[in-house]
Amino acid sequence: MRNRPLVQAGLVAVVATALGIALGLGIRWFPEQASTQAHRVDTLYDVLIVASVPMFVLVVTVVLFSVWKFRMRPGEETKDGPPIHGNTRLEVLWTAFPAVLLISLCSYAYVVLTDVERKPAGREMYINVTSQQFAWSFEYPAAATGGQPMQSTELYLPKDQPVQFKIQSKDVIHAFFVPAFRVQIDAVPGQTTTVRATPSRIGDYPLICAELCGLGHSTMRSTVHVVTPAAFTRWLKSRQAPGLSPSAGPGALAAAGKTVFTGGAGCGGCHTLADAGTSASVGPDLGKTLGADAKRRGKPLDAFIRESITAPNAFLAPGYPSGVMPQNFGSTLSKAQVDGLVAYLTKVTAK
Amino acid sequence: MVAKVRAPGFYRAGLMAALGVAFAAGLVALVRSTSELHPVFKGAAVTQVALIAAPLFFLVGLGAFDYWFYWASGRPTRPEDHSGHGARSWRDYFRVNTDHKVIGIQYTVTSFFFLLVGGLMAMLMRAELAQPGSQFVDANTFNGLFSVHASLLIFLFIIPVFAGLANFVLPLMIGAPDMAFPRLNALSYWLLPIAGLMMLASFFAPGGSFASGWTAYAPLSDTAPLGQSFFTIAVQFAGASSIATALNFLVTIITMRAPGMSFFRMPLLVWANFATSLLVVIATPFIAASQFFVLLDRGLGFNFFNAGHGGDVLMYQHVFWFYSHPAVYIMMLPGFGIISEILAVKSRKPIFGYRMMAFSLLAIVVLGFTVWAHHMFTSGMQAWIRIPMMITTAIIAVPTGIKIFSWLATLWKGVLRLDTPMLFALGFLTMFTLGGISGVMLSMIPFDIHVSDTYFIVAHIHYVLFGGSLFTIFAGVYYWFPKMTGRMFDERLGRIHFWLTFIFFNLTFAPMHVIGIDGMPRRVADYTSNYADWNLIISLASFVLGLSTLVFLYNIVSSWRTGVRAPANPWRGLTLEWQVSSPPPIFNFDSLPTVVGGPYEYGVPGAVHGVFKGGAEVRPTPAGTVAQPSTQ
Repeated sequence: MRNRPLVQAGLVAVVATALGIALGLGIRWFPEQASTQAHRVDTLYDVLIVASVPMFVLVVTVVLFSVWKFRMRPGEETKDGPPIHGNTRLEVLWTAFPAVLLISLCSYAYVVLTDVERKPAGREMYINVTSQQFAWSFEYPAAATGGQPMQSTELYLPKDQPVQFKIQSKDVIHAFFVPAFRVQIDAVPGQTTTVRATPSRIGDYPLICAELCGLGHSTMRSTVHVVTPAAFTRWLKSRQAPGLSPSAGPGALAAAGKTVFTGGAGCGGCHTLADAGTSASVGPDLGKTLGADAKRRGKPLDAFIRESITAPNAFLAPGYPSGVMPQNFGSTLSKAQVDGLVAYLTKVTAK
Repeated sequence: MVAKVRAPGFYRAGLMAALGVAFAAGLVALVRSTSELHPVFKGAAVTQVALIAAPLFFLVGLGAFDYWFYWASGRPTRPEDHSGHGARSWRDYFRVNTDHKVIGIQYTVTSFFFLLVGGLMAMLMRAELAQPGSQFVDANTFNGLFSVHASLLIFLFIIPVFAGLANFVLPLMIGAPDMAFPRLNALSYWLLPIAGLMMLASFFAPGGSFASGWTAYAPLSDTAPLGQSFFTIAVQFAGASSIATALNFLVTIITMRAPGMSFFRMPLLVWANFATSLLVVIATPFIAASQFFVLLDRGLGFNFFNAGHGGDVLMYQHVFWFYSHPAVYIMMLPGFGIISEILAVKSRKPIFGYRMMAFSLLAIVVLGFTVWAHHMFTSGMQAWIRIPMMITTAIIAVPTGIKIFSWLATLWKGVLRLDTPMLFALGFLTMFTLGGISGVMLSMIPFDIHVSDTYFIVAHIHYVLFGGSLFTIFAGVYYWFPKMTGRMFDERLGRIHFWLTFIFFNLTFAPMHVIGIDGMPRRVADYTSNYADWNLIISLASFVLGLSTLVFLYNIVSSWRTGVRAPANPWRGLTLEWQVSSPPPIFNFDSLPTVVGGPYEYGVPGAVHGVFKGGAEVRPTPAGTVAQPSTQ
């Protein structure tokens, strides 16, 4: 053993490889699997780990082993190593083996890719996704709602229903990224991109803009709600119902508005509002500015708030540029949601 | 005073720069008044024209074009008396100097300045990211910080520092008295600080610095505030500098090798810079084009990237990455060359498989042009393009693997000197392997789709550019420090620097793989609280990593001033740069060498690389040899 450095190094490498692979497969790398696509991607990653660890261990073992065995010892200051210029067999081996390994991995990745992007057997639901600085909105076409097409700022998906998202952008490039689904595609101005997913697990998952899109990029987030088909139908109905009945008290309306503010409409992504506990700085601090701005505009507070939501460029808070806030909340929010927001914001700024 | 202003130098350069601004204002006023545009003086327009004109006027004032102007106007050119060669005091480094050794040091020191600035920006970003929420900087400043950080470190540090090191040692290695075009060489250098200062100056532009990332994707960059133009134009200056230097290297390598220095007797550093220069010359015009498109969109209302008017948004990415992927190899191949030099000398063995090492460089050059769209797997381009790009991306790991395995075989059974340059070389070998492995993972489309634009990408790029390129740069700077300055560095401090860097580099960047796969997007000023723990660890580690640079700085500055005098050949190297004094004489060689053998014949009894006229053979000199007499 003493003079068999190759054998010794080999033993160390085998043990290190086993440990490395165990570690690589043991770490919980990915977020939860919430689509049928997810486990295929995660398995591909496991295979990549198994293929990669031996390569890395090989390099590190040879380096450490050389450092240990072949380092210069006192008295060897003028000594040279043996003049080995190369070894054709070895060089052919370490060209051919990685090439074969890489081609195999590519073939496997290709199979996974066609699998996760294949058109599913059953009926596919289409959802139009529109991105803009710095918000997402969704349109459920008539085929999905079973009635009128519907605009929404919230994304609800029925479990086990294959979906194809058709994605567009109104300004710059964004990216539609749902980590729990393992899907991502850019939203490109001037074209429609598509991506498929079949939700397989009930829960709420983040939807993130993954392509730098400007000042509010890190706040451009939303939530994907995967629900049972029955709950999905209920949600569709509630969206199409006329607003809360006028008999509902202002308190109930404002409470509903707060939910819209922090959740569905994503107002808190850009605006600070102490009452809602949001702290973003893309747009003005609503708790502090709405009252004064309504006076400047010369409108009653609630009318001013309604205008600022549905036509934000009509009056700009001093120091804020035009065109930053999406112009289409009047159509992406339901009337009930706008009513709720107006009631809520009037209530918290009137104090 | 008048004489001072008439003579080339900073006085005349300052005056000319002011003239350049006035020229820009005049030109804008003329064009706008004839086109009946109001106001006639528009600040943003004047600024954009001035950003182009003032640097050119500045260079004229500095004297970078004097010789050519004399020649073109038919006045007698001043025959080169070589008085501009060499540097006698620190002031000489602030003049237009045509000596490749002076230019090499100018390049290296300037780019390290930008490393420090870019590194400080990273510290600011990590301070902001230490906790969720907004603490130190607002979103606009944050976006500006990561954009300028990446742009400076790519265009003003890694690419030019390699050009600087090669500028110093490459002519020495091939037995040439200087570069082929010394005046062009000086001009290439002076374009650099202009580009760097322009990028930094963008912080003072109304609306803040450019903030659309170093990738400057259109249409975000089309509509961004004025600061974006500073990037668009600075890249042109940095790119022009790159191209000029690459041409210079190519001509120097092809035409100025010493007698007997065939291509297959060239040290691998020369091969590496040959390959890199090919990449630069072919690829760099593409990034110039992409930024000109953006500039025309911004300044003159062209609609290259305006989808509403028939523009094509994806075209920007194709043109941009057609440069910027080869740029990854521009930032890596010279490092491969440095590592080959160091591993052969420090292992006391010939490079294993020399010819395959040279051919694999050329293979990377060719393959490097066939992989660009792997940056665009989620971009919405035609789906089928992804497949061939996946295969070429994976296959480019084969020539890279050949290099790694050959380096390992070079270590095997050698007599390893584990000093600072060697430690950085071995650190590079392991860390770059990790970066290469995550690169192969990224080539696999389904996995790439999930981690695109996440922290996994940030981890990968830093394993390649920090664990890869920067480690080779540190190795190279330590290795040639005795040759460049004539002094030895402090070995103990060098080792401390290595271990601090190596450990905290890993603590900083390894966790980014984890949060990336977990779904944390990159380029965000704020993140959700589930990533808070890892981000705090990363931030703390990155501060130590930043501080470790101070050890390096102190070592370099104090050793340069008061270090032990370096012998001509402290590492017992065979290549030609070690056969002349440290620092080398003004024209490198008192008598030109004749090359008679390979550059790495360590362990071969009686082997020599070159012989000098008069019969002196180039043999390894034992460590501790008395320094050759200084030339000064």
